[in-house]
Amino acid sequence: MGDAIDIKPDSILDVKGLCCPMPVVKAKKAIDSLESGQIMEIVGTDAGSKGDIPAWAKRAGHEFLGSTEEDGGEVFHFFVKKG
Amino acid sequence: MADRLAIIASKGTLDMAYPPLILASTAAAMDMEAGIFFTFYGLDIVNKKKYHKLQVAPIGNPAMPVSVPNIVGMLPGMTAMATKMMNGMIGKSNLPSIPELITVCKESGVKLWPCQMTLDMMNISADDVIEEADMTCGAGAFLDYAMDAKISLFI
Repeated sequence: MGDAIDIKPDSILDVKGLCCPMPVVKAKKAIDSLESGQIMEIVGTDAGSKGDIPAWAKRAGHEFLGSTEEDGGEVFHFFVKKG
Repeated sequence: MADRLAIIASKGTLDMAYPPLILASTAAAMDMEAGIFFTFYGLDIVNKKKYHKLQVAPIGNPAMPVSVPNIVGMLPGMTAMATKMMNGMIGKSNLPSIPELITVCKESGVKLWPCQMTLDMMNISADDVIEEADMTCGAGAFLDYAMDAKISLFI
């Protein structure tokens, strides 16, 4: 987990409250509507996403830029650049 | 050729219905091809009369969150109670229902193959198979698909 990341996302996907497999499923759907090079921020509460989102991004041909946590590790922000 | 995940779903209990559907829908999101072959009791996962009310039994199941002695687990109503408890946990953690996950799989291009032999053996009408399912097939068609899969799982 990185420190605060200064990234301006082109879109934000809220998957708070959802658990595996829905964050990845919804991320895939959402990134399909972006252009290559655009950045999506995914905001979620599933701790498993810390492993799942980078793995998904790598396998689906996107670039995982990093992540931040807030509320003492209750909420996660992931930044993915569409490949 | 895209990376491929091939799964055999052979169990029809509530707990065993989730892993194949979760893995296949995630694989599809990761740009993999994914297909599930539903055989024996796994067919219940694509049986429209059953897939919305799959159950989990406490008898012979030491993994229940609340320990249930087998002699209690055998009493009438205990399976319904254990199923209710698990559905409560599923709802609390916002996990999709089995029919919802089937929809997710279908929308993301996961292939859902009912086993023809199981339909025949268990006298299940093709009309009882959910509309989301693909054509019925047998071991040969599954093996042909799995031959080119990077990951093959029997669940």
